[in-house]
Amino acid sequence: MKLKGKERKGTSYLGILIALVALCVVLTFASDSFLTASNLLNVSQQISTNFLIAIGMTFIILLGGIDLSVGSIIAVTGLMMGLMMKNWNMPVILSLLLGVAFASAVGLVTGLLITGFELPPFIATLGMMSIARGAAYTITEGQPIYTFPKGFLAITGRYGGIPVFTILIMVVMFAVAAYVLKYTKYGRYIYAIGGNENCAKLSGINVKKIKCIAYVISGFCCGVAAIVLTSRLDSAVPTNADGAELDAIAAVVIGGTSMTGGEGTLVGTIIGTMIIGVVANGLNLLNVPQGAQRMVKGGIIVLAVIVDVIRRKRSQKA
Amino acid sequence: MADQYILKMSDITKRFPGVLALDHVSLRVKKGEVHALLGENGAGKSTLMKILSGAYVKDEGEIEVFSQKSELGNPKAAEDLGISIIYQELNLIPTLTVAENIFLGCYKMSNPVKVNWKAVYQEADRLLEDLGVDVKSTDYIRDLGIAKQQMVEVAKALSKDAKIIIMDEPTAPLTERETKNLFRIVKKLKEEQVSIIYISHRLEEVMEICDRATVMRDGCTIKELDIANVTMDEIIRLMVGRELKEKFPRIEKQIGDEVIRVENLCAGSRVQNVSFSVRAGEVLCVGGLVGAGRTETVRAVFGLDARTDGRIYIDGKECNIRNPKDAISAGIGYVTEDRKGEGLILKLGVGENVTLAALDAFKTGIHLNLSKEKNTVKEYVSKLNIKTPSVYQKVENLSGGNQQKVVLAKWLLSKCRVLILDEPTRGIDVGAKIEVYSLINELAKEGKAILVITSEIPELLGICDRVVVMARGKVSGSLSREEADQESVMTLAVGAEERGKQHEA
Repeated sequence: MKLKGKERKGTSYLGILIALVALCVVLTFASDSFLTASNLLNVSQQISTNFLIAIGMTFIILLGGIDLSVGSIIAVTGLMMGLMMKNWNMPVILSLLLGVAFASAVGLVTGLLITGFELPPFIATLGMMSIARGAAYTITEGQPIYTFPKGFLAITGRYGGIPVFTILIMVVMFAVAAYVLKYTKYGRYIYAIGGNENCAKLSGINVKKIKCIAYVISGFCCGVAAIVLTSRLDSAVPTNADGAELDAIAAVVIGGTSMTGGEGTLVGTIIGTMIIGVVANGLNLLNVPQGAQRMVKGGIIVLAVIVDVIRRKRSQKA
Repeated sequence: MADQYILKMSDITKRFPGVLALDHVSLRVKKGEVHALLGENGAGKSTLMKILSGAYVKDEGEIEVFSQKSELGNPKAAEDLGISIIYQELNLIPTLTVAENIFLGCYKMSNPVKVNWKAVYQEADRLLEDLGVDVKSTDYIRDLGIAKQQMVEVAKALSKDAKIIIMDEPTAPLTERETKNLFRIVKKLKEEQVSIIYISHRLEEVMEICDRATVMRDGCTIKELDIANVTMDEIIRLMVGRELKEKFPRIEKQIGDEVIRVENLCAGSRVQNVSFSVRAGEVLCVGGLVGAGRTETVRAVFGLDARTDGRIYIDGKECNIRNPKDAISAGIGYVTEDRKGEGLILKLGVGENVTLAALDAFKTGIHLNLSKEKNTVKEYVSKLNIKTPSVYQKVENLSGGNQQKVVLAKWLLSKCRVLILDEPTRGIDVGAKIEVYSLINELAKEGKAILVITSEIPELLGICDRVVVMARGKVSGSLSREEADQESVMTLAVGAEERGKQHEA
């Protein structure tokens, strides 16, 4: 049989990009307030948390793993930073650095559980999800922390109506992660391990190390997301980012990354977070009740995967 | 006499997007014959067999089974007509027992709810006994080696009372003895008037076991033959469409100093006190039966399995190899027998596979120079004559022979000095095999030390400079190229095993 040459990059997220554009067009007609600068800036701020953790989640899912602990890590990290800034009067910068370090360390523990004891990622991160959430309730005995220092709130503040630093953080995180995946040995190894762990091992790759680092990256992303979320809400509560892991996984999957690993792009994930964000925003503008919104979100996830499955089958037959 | 054909496929055409896979292909199989379907990979054999087993639907043409026109639109219809296929890639569930697998989907029931497990296991034991294999119906598939799993597949097809059995490369993973066993079964089935369509790249076997053959090339039927009236060379010429001068090309080369020496290697129960060495430019073949501990030995050398004892020297210096990374930096490359499971990352492109073990060469700081990588990959693609439309093509879309060349390219790029090849030509076609042999020759000429594990004795004799034979985890003998022949290798491979069994008894 003859083979047709196909470039791997570029084609895989074209479909969802079209879907995103179509969605925006529909919403523009359905609601007068959708296509306005202030609304779109709102959307960008609303998706920021999911955007940041979905970056880490992309690494994990490309490896063939999963991280259910991200929402809980955000909550406990937010409270830790709150304690440091408010109760212990530590400098903002130091508190944030320690917070991100703490979140990364939690990721490292998860990674070590998965590689050291060979726990399935689902189980290890399910455990960590509960531990971190429990810790969030414990450290302040369930009490929220609010009215943060001005310097901290400035991170998500708007300047001329634009959430400059939030967008900057998102862009930098995306650019660095995209670079790592495409232009570093580490990124290539992520795809290799997700594609075929045995082959990766045989090619001299230290699989455990790569996996551990991925969970640290996911933890780091949670730390950054905790800063953005806590600052935007001006409150750290144990229930923050409840269920965030599901949104992040949904974004990655909608973005075309295979749940079995080895295939997918960060650009796809970003489009995925945008689709979820735009849908939520659009449904809000159209005054659709919360219950119905969740049903729509679930439907989109399932639909996206169905489309992906069909696409893959077609490309295999061709 | 028209009725003597149990199966007639005429003018079968099948198109895939952009590809004409089958172009008016015909196949006629007589009752109770072993019919070989021959052709290089990509000739359309698999597509034709998938149509026959109902996995694909034909676009044009006619199929007659037992003189009745039939459409065979789905696997169930084919099965009901008595057509069974044993795929090259085994189709068993690892977590179930042998009996549960054999009768999967058609368990005998005591009543509408309860499975009659006793009957299922008894029937399975009977089938396995007929096959003469050392497998218990209560064994779990995951605990069986690939050869035994293959036998379970055969038993499964037999359990369906098939009148036409398609065997796709059934002997590829089998040893000589297991192959003989399979042939015994094939002959028995023939006596019972079962027809067998036999796909194999091993022409020696085809000559031995088959009555007639159909040769395919590039999606067309080339010729229908009586095996008794042709020679192997004629068949090869028909398959390849050109003359192949030598099946095992040889070149002039210098054999230099010792590169790798393994002393008293022990690893688990399958590798006991194994010692050998390979010199620069030398091709050392390791013969023996499947399960003799050959793969386990090289896995231990490569650091994949833990060594319990023994030393490994490269260029006279002892190397402490604890994992594949150590092995690669010591200059060892390992082409495994399981190409898809261990050798390649099917979802990734040709380029990413080729450079996987040598990414450091394209790195400045943390930055990978992708265009440099691409150029190097292109260079290796043309050097090894890998047929691929681009370096981005996913390797899962390449043929077996080209996939194997991708694996070879990976190790060449890693600048290894010792190259271990485990069954390097399994499941690849005649033309590609010769290319692999030529590559092995060239690499040896460049001064690499090459270790080849092969269960095909003609191949072993054809490419070796020296032979080591293993049996029951030990080296049972070493032969020079002059000393080695079919008999001496088999004696060492089997003899030691027989003696071992007597000692135990």
